[in-house]
Amino acid sequence: MRKTKNLIAAFCGATLLMASMNAGAASKTLVFCSEGSPEGFNPAFYTAGTTFDASSRQLFNKLSEFKRGTTEIQPGLAEKWEVSEDGKEYTFHLRKGVKFHTTKDFTPTREFNADDVLFTFMRQFDKNHPYHAVGGASYEYFNGMDMPALLKEIVKVDDYTVKFILNRPEAPMIANLAMDFASIFSAEYADNMMKAGTPEKVDFEPVGTGPFQLVAYQKDAVIRYKAHPDYWAGKAPIDNLVFAITPDNSVRYQKLKAGECHVMPYPNPADLEAMEKDPDINLLRKEGLNVGYLAYNTKVAPFDNVKVRKALNMAINKQAILDAVFQGAGKAAKNPIPPTIWSYNEAVVDDPYDPEAAKKILAEEGVKDLQMNIWAMPVQRPYNPNARRMAELLQADFAAIGVKVEIVSYEWGEYLKRSKDEQRDGAVLLGWTGDNGDPDNFLAVLLGCSGVGGSNRAQWCYQPFEDLIQKAKVVADPAERTKLYEEAQVVFKEQAPWATIAHSVVFQPVRKEVVDFRIGPFGGNSFYGVDLK
Amino acid sequence: MFLYILKKLGVILPTFFGVTLVAFIFIRTLPGDPVLLLAGERGMSEERHAALMAEMGFDKPIIVQYGKYLLQLASGDFGTSIITKKPVLTEFMTLFPATVELSLVAMFVAVFFGLPSGMIAATRRGSVFDHTVMTGALTGYSMPIFWWGLLLIIFFSGILGWTPVSGRISLLYYFEPVTGFMLIDSLLSGQDGAFGSALAHLILPAIVLGTIPLAVIARQTRSAMLEVLSEDYVRTARAKGLGPQRVIGLHALRNAMIPVITVIGLQVGVLFAGAILTETIFSWPGIGKWMVDSIFRRDYSAVQGGLLLIAAIIMLVNLVVDLLYGLINPQIRHTD
Repeated sequence: MRKTKNLIAAFCGATLLMASMNAGAASKTLVFCSEGSPEGFNPAFYTAGTTFDASSRQLFNKLSEFKRGTTEIQPGLAEKWEVSEDGKEYTFHLRKGVKFHTTKDFTPTREFNADDVLFTFMRQFDKNHPYHAVGGASYEYFNGMDMPALLKEIVKVDDYTVKFILNRPEAPMIANLAMDFASIFSAEYADNMMKAGTPEKVDFEPVGTGPFQLVAYQKDAVIRYKAHPDYWAGKAPIDNLVFAITPDNSVRYQKLKAGECHVMPYPNPADLEAMEKDPDINLLRKEGLNVGYLAYNTKVAPFDNVKVRKALNMAINKQAILDAVFQGAGKAAKNPIPPTIWSYNEAVVDDPYDPEAAKKILAEEGVKDLQMNIWAMPVQRPYNPNARRMAELLQADFAAIGVKVEIVSYEWGEYLKRSKDEQRDGAVLLGWTGDNGDPDNFLAVLLGCSGVGGSNRAQWCYQPFEDLIQKAKVVADPAERTKLYEEAQVVFKEQAPWATIAHSVVFQPVRKEVVDFRIGPFGGNSFYGVDLK
Repeated sequence: MFLYILKKLGVILPTFFGVTLVAFIFIRTLPGDPVLLLAGERGMSEERHAALMAEMGFDKPIIVQYGKYLLQLASGDFGTSIITKKPVLTEFMTLFPATVELSLVAMFVAVFFGLPSGMIAATRRGSVFDHTVMTGALTGYSMPIFWWGLLLIIFFSGILGWTPVSGRISLLYYFEPVTGFMLIDSLLSGQDGAFGSALAHLILPAIVLGTIPLAVIARQTRSAMLEVLSEDYVRTARAKGLGPQRVIGLHALRNAMIPVITVIGLQVGVLFAGAILTETIFSWPGIGKWMVDSIFRRDYSAVQGGLLLIAAIIMLVNLVVDLLYGLINPQIRHTD
């Protein structure tokens, strides 16, 4: 009898949950059906967006931050900053009155100050820092953004002023400091935990200044947060935030329909049409900050010939790829940076789809019976949801101009490693998702001379292009930088080291009662500012 | 009896040692290494790659790594996850109760429905019931778990709204886990409706995970019963004038149970394999999904530790099954 009562109560419970999710009079709880478990809660340790969603985007602040839903930079824990004439000194004036979270193990006795900034960065920078080895992390993003080579020292000028001294000028520095790895931790909490002999708690039971604080995490099941009552920018409109970890996208959709969650990421493309028609769901969309490309090896004949590369680009039917691979959730790419990034050059004209002309160019260049490999990634990525299918379409396109293609693939780790080889045989399908919304993060990393044999899969080192991006790196004036990057995109298009294929479109279905949810520019989810009707 | 157990343990220990070797080599024969995967498209320099490999101890000859691993195991240390930086045993023990709870309920579903339907099908051989059960069993056995799970979710949760879509308990309830078994913890929490919610969340995943074992048990029970029912001693029992219930319940069933128990024991491995998919569909925080994630991330320690612990559990269950034979049929004890 009791069991029957319990069962009835459970069903009522589910209804109640929906009611509480909807009514929101007493306490507003927003449920996000997240796609996976975070690797941990210290964003400096990891590189996955899933981890950033659960940690940096809710729990922490950075010195500079991205304006919600954009790549525009705004002050965060630093109210303002100045850059020296030579571009090597960044002075940050810190915000006063910022409070850290209070948890069961920690009650802050002071507000945020310069010590916290120093702790955060010196932990990653200084190998002898007492916290450097705690957690066994390799600080992949800090290293990946070349911070160890870039930073000379970080100086505490006074309690509310910190100076970053660089070895060389770096225009994207402020954007770098808005990235997840630069989330500011509490030095006082770290000291307390070190004294208590439990330093690892700093990473597993994090204390930040962010709009939400962690309440509990049940691995692979639920993450619970509550709004930080003393958040410096004002308490979040919702009171509680729950991540219901739901790995399967069809199940996420069912939960959204049933009202068991308000927001879900990564919908199945096949479900988009039904979502669009559902009166309870708002299907939000935004162009992703990414690019998918086919990189020729410009060091190996005949791909060292610009005309051959151009001819191949003209043979690609991008619309067919968008339809078959992206199922409409993509936009044809003409530049190596996505349209959502500042300095995107609208004026660049894409190579026309003209197989006949392509065939003619190849004949003029004396290229006959060309055989080539196309590398297809073994994994699904936002910039390429199905590389195998894309490779097959390219194979058919190239066959139409008399080029025989063999598709090759390797395990993901091997793929990344082997595709770096300067003597690599064939063109590689790959892509990139931006880290900080700066064009440098695409153009220098993927096409700069220093990336040859590494992240520059086209092995393309072209001096006129290199000069432009190097100059843009050290110029502080945004207008001047924009001009340089626009020019660089023109050079890129002329030289065609890649066939630029597509930028994905990110879809995010949310329930109708969700107010002011904005898709993050980096595909992330941040819930500060979101409300429920 | 003591000698019998000792003999069985004599087989288990070398098997366990073999599993350590297989687990260790298996994950290392997969192409790609954890450091490369960690870096992703961003990549890293050769020097940094080498430094990280050294930091994790993967630069040593494989035999040295294995020796170190065995020493570590001997002291009860299953290693630390490369990704989460938490001890593998802690991670396993956090998630394991969820898998056990699901598997036990799934097994209960399988036995509760499989055994009687197999028995009835055998005693009414050729009847409509027999044909229905056998066709149903074949369908259940051939059903892809992923598809079956989604179908049930769409129908019962999506269309009818009778069952929750996924998870272990409604998000309304929140309490610290005590045993890790949601049914028990929800009762201990004293929160009204918590137990019912946990039970409601178990219905669909237990049906999905229990379907294949149910089909196997039903078929096995039927064929074992048919064989036993044609034995001389059953005929003798019938000739003595014993009632059908006594003949089936006392003489036939006990002997037919031996192969059925073997099959139930073997289904434990099937349950763990099925749990991987079931847990993914129903967002069930168990070890199946954890293992798959670990393999994809090349989290060597987690995969090794996880495989070893699962193998140990399967061996233990099989030992218990062997001991159960002895209880059912004392002859096995003597002859073995």
